[in-house]
Amino acid sequence: MALPKWTTIAAVEFDGGVVIGADSRTTSGAYIANRVTDKLTKVTDKIYCCRSGSAADTQAVADIVKYQLNFYEMEMGEEPLVHTAAHTFRELCYDHRDNISAGIIVAGWDKKEGGQVFAVPLGGMVVRQPFAIGGSGSTYLYGYVDSQFKPKMSKEECLPFVANALSLAINRDGSSGGIIRLAAITKDGVERITLTGNQLPKFYEDH
Amino acid sequence: MSSIGTGYDLSASQFSPDGRVFQVEYAQKAVENSGTAIGIRGKDGVVFGVEKLVTSKLYEAGANKRIFNIDRHLGAATAGLLADSRHMVERAREEASNYRSNYGSDIPIRHLVERVSMYVHAHTLYSSLRPFGVGMIVSSYVDNKPELYLIDPSGVSWGYNGCAAGKAKQNAKTEIEKLKMKDMTIRELVKEVAKIIYVVHDEVKDKAFELELSWVGEITGGKHQLVPKDVFIEAEKYAKDSLEESDDSEEEEI
Amino acid sequence: MEAFDSVHARPAPFWRNGPQPGGLYNFSNNSTTSRNTSESQRSAYPVVTGTSVLGLKFNGGVIIAADMLGSYGSLARFRNISRLNRVNDSTVIGCGGDYADYQFLKSVIEQRVIDEECLDDGFGFTPKSMFSWLTRVLYNRRSKFNPLWNVYVVAGLQDEEPFLGYIDKIGVAYESPSISSGFGSHIALPILREEMEKNPNMNEKDATELIQRCMKLLYYRDARSLNKYQYAVITKAGAKIHGPIVPESNWEIAHLIQGYE
Repeated sequence: MALPKWTTIAAVEFDGGVVIGADSRTTSGAYIANRVTDKLTKVTDKIYCCRSGSAADTQAVADIVKYQLNFYEMEMGEEPLVHTAAHTFRELCYDHRDNISAGIIVAGWDKKEGGQVFAVPLGGMVVRQPFAIGGSGSTYLYGYVDSQFKPKMSKEECLPFVANALSLAINRDGSSGGIIRLAAITKDGVERITLTGNQLPKFYEDH
Repeated sequence: MSSIGTGYDLSASQFSPDGRVFQVEYAQKAVENSGTAIGIRGKDGVVFGVEKLVTSKLYEAGANKRIFNIDRHLGAATAGLLADSRHMVERAREEASNYRSNYGSDIPIRHLVERVSMYVHAHTLYSSLRPFGVGMIVSSYVDNKPELYLIDPSGVSWGYNGCAAGKAKQNAKTEIEKLKMKDMTIRELVKEVAKIIYVVHDEVKDKAFELELSWVGEITGGKHQLVPKDVFIEAEKYAKDSLEESDDSEEEEI
Repeated sequence: MEAFDSVHARPAPFWRNGPQPGGLYNFSNNSTTSRNTSESQRSAYPVVTGTSVLGLKFNGGVIIAADMLGSYGSLARFRNISRLNRVNDSTVIGCGGDYADYQFLKSVIEQRVIDEECLDDGFGFTPKSMFSWLTRVLYNRRSKFNPLWNVYVVAGLQDEEPFLGYIDKIGVAYESPSISSGFGSHIALPILREEMEKNPNMNEKDATELIQRCMKLLYYRDARSLNKYQYAVITKAGAKIHGPIVPESNWEIAHLIQGYE
């Protein structure tokens, strides 16, 4: 069996772009197969996906969508919309829902709608959200995100929002861990940030 | 021998010695036998007008329309063989439907025109196929941008501010060129379109015809549709009145 | 190009699943059974789900309602998704069950509505034709052991007569003046029936108030529900979706409780 990847992933829209983030742990049972995984995967220059579920399945899906959108860009002569990317993911995930395990967040920037986040959860539905969280660690996060999320945050507010969420999940979810990978996507492209070791936000740890 | 230039017109898959594909040219001739179809791009949309020749009094009014919907946001007007037109429209609808099923949004008109053009062009490449005897005008109004294209039987397509296909396409183009369509609304253009169809209609050779008018633009909310009854009546009246006026003035000059 | 490819169909064999000529029957490895188990047996299950849909006929129209929750097991994961689909001026569909399957069927319906609109011949889906078509789609899918994991409630007006119908994932279908799916058929439906018996000629206002009362009750008693819902009213004036509505809730009875009782 392929490495099932339990995870924490998150994405937030802000005016002019999105911030996305993920932990870096890949497990096979209790064994950590990769402690510095990159779960933020590029599909086009300004559209990324956050992957959770089976590593094999989500990599295959992301590779196929990447190929399709690259072809789309050449054929149409312009960058695909985030909406288009999300529907391409949905199509694959829905058609093969009985055979693959993939929970994906599609996020990016396009010139029509700006920064956008789409959730494509297990069954293969798609829905746009102001922010989205996913993976096993996300179950521990609903309280945090619901209390701390404010509409129309700036990029500078979104980065710690996502970093804090991921740090909290890493501390409570055995299937999430390692470091925090973040990315901010705007019209100017992608800015990637890696938080390691003592750079992870700290919270109460005594019980 | 007079054999050069003859015998090369039986197949779409063979050039003549001077580099022509006669079957494609004959298909273009087929378009020119048809009643005229025109499209004009204004500042807030596109208007179609069709001169549908009625060859028999036994036809029901409104039968055999030559303006079609391809999708909610896409319209087509055709000149040429009607059965071929319907086949092309069906193909265009499939393209629009497939795009929506794949990407979850409306097909961009430029892409649709490219796909349909490829299909039309494919019919100029094989000896077993006959090219389409159709000139198809396609329009849309998306994101405040009106667009207008014409697909030729050769598989070539261009974007236009105003275009015409069919019998009187030369006259129609001359009339269209007189308009400052870039500054006009489709509410104004629809009357001019009706007028042009009436002006270029050959009263002597072709007796009866039905006017077809459609538009897509700001006032239709980006939907392509036949113009409403009251607009149609107003436009047709404007067309007929201006025809009579010009008849009168001609008489005066004599 | 497909149209030009000549298809030389082979004649169908005289019988299927039999031995090859000269071959022997092998009952233990019968091709019928092996084909069924290997390929067409699939086990779908719902993932993100919607709960009950309520529907009620009244004098001159129909009303249906559904809350806006997409549950992920017991997690209230998506709290702002619509489960009512306005098909046209005279038809609205409400959906419970798997939301991905609903989105799939919704896109199929939308394309079919566009196809009809393009023809511009004055014909389109009516509530009855929509209902009939849905029964066939859902029954066909269950017959392939790959059901669409949904309940659909079709509401509309046809020939000035209100229409209200129910179809579930195995194709069970019926019409009724009051309909509810899922949890609502235990909690809301008895109330809808009782009120209809008391007042068989309800007007739009009565029906709307009754539905709103039932939606509130479902919020109190259905653990997979949300206090945010939409409702659609279909009358001669057309089909209109109202909402999202967030009703006031009342917890005053809390003060009456002392100890366990």
